[in-house]
Amino acid sequence: MAGVLEKLLSGRELRGHARPLMCRLALAVLALAVVLLVPRMAGALRAFGEYMQYAFMRRALLGGSVIALCAALLGVILVLKRFSMIGDGLSHVGFGALTVAYALAAVTAESLPAVLPEGLRSGIARLCAAIAAAPLPFTMVIVVLCAVLLLSHGSGVRGGDSSIAILSTGALAVGVIVSSTVKGLNIDVTNAMFGSILAMGEADVSLSVALSLFVLLVFILFYPRIFAVTFDEAFAQATGINTRAYNLMISVLTAVNVVVGMRIMGTMLISSLIILPAVTAMHVFSRFRAVVIASAVLSLTCFVLGLMLSCLCSLPTGAGIVVVDLCADALFMLIAGAKG
Amino acid sequence: MALITISHVTMAFDGVAAIQDVDLIVDKGDYLVVLGENGSGKSTLMRTMLGLLKPQQGRVIYGEGLTRRSIGYLPQQSQAQRAFPAGVEEVVLSGCTGRLGLKPFPGRRERELAREKLRMLDIEHLAKKSYRTLSGGQQQRVLLARALAATDALMILDEPITGLDPDASAELYGLLKKLNSDYGVAIVMVSHDLGGALKDAKRVLVMDRGVDFLGTPEEYLAEVKGIGRGA
Repeated sequence: MAGVLEKLLSGRELRGHARPLMCRLALAVLALAVVLLVPRMAGALRAFGEYMQYAFMRRALLGGSVIALCAALLGVILVLKRFSMIGDGLSHVGFGALTVAYALAAVTAESLPAVLPEGLRSGIARLCAAIAAAPLPFTMVIVVLCAVLLLSHGSGVRGGDSSIAILSTGALAVGVIVSSTVKGLNIDVTNAMFGSILAMGEADVSLSVALSLFVLLVFILFYPRIFAVTFDEAFAQATGINTRAYNLMISVLTAVNVVVGMRIMGTMLISSLIILPAVTAMHVFSRFRAVVIASAVLSLTCFVLGLMLSCLCSLPTGAGIVVVDLCADALFMLIAGAKG
Repeated sequence: MALITISHVTMAFDGVAAIQDVDLIVDKGDYLVVLGENGSGKSTLMRTMLGLLKPQQGRVIYGEGLTRRSIGYLPQQSQAQRAFPAGVEEVVLSGCTGRLGLKPFPGRRERELAREKLRMLDIEHLAKKSYRTLSGGQQQRVLLARALAATDALMILDEPITGLDPDASAELYGLLKKLNSDYGVAIVMVSHDLGGALKDAKRVLVMDRGVDFLGTPEEYLAEVKGIGRGA
């Protein structure tokens, strides 16, 4: 009896027992809340269904889902390689490139310094107009280039984070300067930073679907090699796997994913789509395959729920999705805690 | 014919020689411990043996059916790796990736091979466990099994007892000895741990940009003693 009391009084013992208990309690409360909410869900679903009449919503749902799926798959690799910030860095580069592309619309042959020869001026003006007319492909090229650059600086884990931070803040600074000096950009910039549900065009959807099919195919076909390279690059290299090629492929796919995804999520928020589902899945699952599958399922679910939430409560879409992802993360932490 | 013949190999980084004119032969069933201070070229030598670095001068020749893909390698573990969510079986199977060729997935043969290696190291009961829940010593055994899945001729180990407690280290040395004497796996081990590493070694190599000393452990200890007495 005294022994039990002593155990209870010593803080460590108490905490050791209390944590799973508290987690279970919290989970029970959550379950109760869900049960109480179920009757109201039907109404919400019906309201969401009505939104689906609009083509832009259908595009957002389809395009966004496949982007979320890709991001989750790539995220598992990036998080495990301790390279989570690459998505963040690349999205900031995307923001910089996008504002530059928008701003170039203002460049005309007359606005260039008269010192330059006539032919060069019109050439530059035409190039600028071409870039301004196709901001997304331009951004894509710049971001992919940066991804390759980041990788060649230090393969994977070592020394990556300071170069990412420099690239990320540098691109952001350029974007902010460009957007504040060139008039008439503000609306586009806000959309670029925080995303817009209206942003998915037909072309964006087809690109997203193509990208995600490719990523899925790569993940299935190269699964054993992807595992080997992610788990232990040195060993994988020694057994003859071309780890550089794998890293390059992962960075390029991430870059494309970031550029396509930042339309709907916004450059400031897209990296959470990459990192959160993977981290969430890792709280509970401890096999690579389980983590990959759980991350994909979680990401899809949270995307759809977030989209619903943002429609029904008129919240910004990207932010709504991030918040739902965070809730899922908290939930999985509780589940892991309840397991003890 | 030896497993690996290194002749007159020189490697330099940024104009500074890391190893210079090194000759070394690793035979079947060898047990070689590589000693040397930091920057003595141990790692460069090891990476050259593994085929990760191309020698700038000289040649590395593999023999006895050994290729650079069929060398077992036990690298140092990173912090990230200790918490990696992976099944033990997945990890050991990843040792077979080098022999898959154009096949996308490991088949039944590879699975059986992985099982066999787990049995060899007495850790078959861990097969279904998650890697991140294992102790440091168990993790090292799993990585050893993975390396064995890639080879049955030569194993290269990079300071394998780093971070292990004395019991786990002794166990690991025991396993290496068993692999060497019972299964004929040649062992090349880079180490800082003089006492433990030399116990079962057949040969000792001391690196100092080049080959500083190469001989039996007894000869090495005698020489170290001699220097101690002389000074």
